[in-house]
Amino acid sequence: MSEVNTKASSFDFRLWLADHSIDRLLLLAVPAFLAMLAFFIYPSFYGAYLSFHPMDKSGALGNYQSFFGDPYMRESIWNTFRIALPVSLINVFAAVPLAVRLRHKVRGKRTINTLLVIPMSLGTVLVAEGLSMYLAPNGWLNRTLLATGLISEPVQLLHNFWGVIISLIITGFPFAFLLTLSYISGINPKMEEAASTLGATSWQRFRYITFPLLTPGLAITFCLSFVLAFSVFPSANLLGNPAGDSHVLAVAAAQAIFTQYDYSMASAISVITGVLELAVVAAVLVMRSRLYSGSTSGGKG
Amino acid sequence: MSRAFGKSVALSNLTLTIGNGELVALLGPSGCGKSTALNCLAGLLPLTGGSIYLDDRRIDTVPPERRDFGMVFQNYALFPHLTVRQNIGFGLKIKKISKSEIERRVNAAIELVQLTLHADKHPNQLSGGQQQRVAIARAIVIEPQVVLMDEPLSNLDAKLRHEMRSEIKRLHSELGLTTVYVTHDQEEALSLADRLVVLHDGEIQQIGTPEDVYLNPTNTFVADFMGYRNLISMELLSGGATNNYSISCPGIELVANNISAGTKAGKVLVAIRPEDLLVEKSSKNNISCTVTNVEYQGKDFAVEVSVEPGLVIYVRTPIRLEVGQKTNLTVRPDRVLVYPRSDNHPNV
Repeated sequence: MSEVNTKASSFDFRLWLADHSIDRLLLLAVPAFLAMLAFFIYPSFYGAYLSFHPMDKSGALGNYQSFFGDPYMRESIWNTFRIALPVSLINVFAAVPLAVRLRHKVRGKRTINTLLVIPMSLGTVLVAEGLSMYLAPNGWLNRTLLATGLISEPVQLLHNFWGVIISLIITGFPFAFLLTLSYISGINPKMEEAASTLGATSWQRFRYITFPLLTPGLAITFCLSFVLAFSVFPSANLLGNPAGDSHVLAVAAAQAIFTQYDYSMASAISVITGVLELAVVAAVLVMRSRLYSGSTSGGKG
Repeated sequence: MSRAFGKSVALSNLTLTIGNGELVALLGPSGCGKSTALNCLAGLLPLTGGSIYLDDRRIDTVPPERRDFGMVFQNYALFPHLTVRQNIGFGLKIKKISKSEIERRVNAAIELVQLTLHADKHPNQLSGGQQQRVAIARAIVIEPQVVLMDEPLSNLDAKLRHEMRSEIKRLHSELGLTTVYVTHDQEEALSLADRLVVLHDGEIQQIGTPEDVYLNPTNTFVADFMGYRNLISMELLSGGATNNYSISCPGIELVANNISAGTKAGKVLVAIRPEDLLVEKSSKNNISCTVTNVEYQGKDFAVEVSVEPGLVIYVRTPIRLEVGQKTNLTVRPDRVLVYPRSDNHPNV
């Protein structure tokens, strides 16, 4: 090392990089980093800065005081959790059995995969629009149920809690499924075979082998699903009751901007949303770090 | 038993009876159906024909978890989230055996495979050889009726492979477990097995003791696989006195007395092992030739000699020869194996 540096007259950038174990190709990431800085990191900090400068000049914490002082606003935190937590749990746990099944060669696997993934490519707004027709009191679902005599009057699935839940499951499930499938595919199927020769039934193989190896992946899947569902906006607006039990944080922030023109308050709500999300993700990751999270291939490949 | 994948037959009419305590090796090149056979035995692949009996019980319809066969996998397939002790105890825990009994048997197994110091480590903290020991202990601790081993040594380096080979031999003679061992390594099969089954294209080529298969391969495929590197097209002149047959081709005239059944006068294939050729001048079975290549291989030399243009013979000898040197080879009549020419071998 000193050998290179003592010949300072012929400073060689390549050798300097190698000496500090920097891969020159990493320099290609600089533009991407600058873009991140300009479009994500700077706005985030600027938003945080704005949130501490309320429009009514009520002091640095003014926005936060008025947010937490208002029961209607406080309620929006609870509303968001009430939607995001069950939705992400349902998505993750419904994805597991399906992914376990579809990991092997199954006839029609490609068709099933396609059907499962289509809703994701449609986007939340289109799905929400479609659902608002389908679930309406005179929509297909209610008409079918009425015709078969299963119900005597239309079920109310729109403009309330359930509409939001259904639409988030439809759009969030494919995402959770694809992630889970990729985690499951990373588990060497030989391990299940080994377990079966040791006498484990298919349930025991899942319980003792596949599931423990999958949990770290499920934790990540849960976090991502949760973050997606936590920032719910289109379906809460279109299918929920944005003034009542679907008055989630994203709706509150949007209203602050578009009805009160209070940019600073909206920023404060965004910061609160971010902090809550981070808290949940951090809690899940802490739990995950206590689990086994090493190789899932079983021995040298 | 038979197994087909769509139209391609991986295994056809493998018929085999394995005695209690026997170690049978299924031997063959890759794609010969040996692993398919093992997976069918274990129940991991359903049969497409035939049946399997364990004593008088038909088991090919029974799922793997109820066959009571222990299996050692090529890549070990250890459970990465469990310690060595938990890996080995897994089968016993599933069988709902009492905690104290599990502990006793797992400890005995750990001692047997000499992993006492590593019992509480995870598989990724172990070397390849240690992982293999865990895999073996895990398969035998459940005291299975049959142990199946699928190329268990193929991922280890040469030195470790030899060590583990002796280890498996020791465990087998200590425990007397009926074992089916799959390998593509003839040396491994010869040293371990009580009986060899040589497979090619899903069909049995030969079943016999290691000595039998090594010294008297039934056809040119087995001969080639067992190291008879010289496969020479020759002419069989009809039999001479006392089972001594004369065979010849341009440049070589030999007397042979190890003729495969059904060989008729005319074109034949002759198999000679490089080690069976001696570098000396002899009055009988003499081959004069020119050395074309010499490779030093430690205990001996691998030598290529040319008899006639286009006719190369491989020899192993401790004698140092020089390229370009003229020399003489000889071979005992019983080490010249003669097969019918119709026995189409791809290499010839």
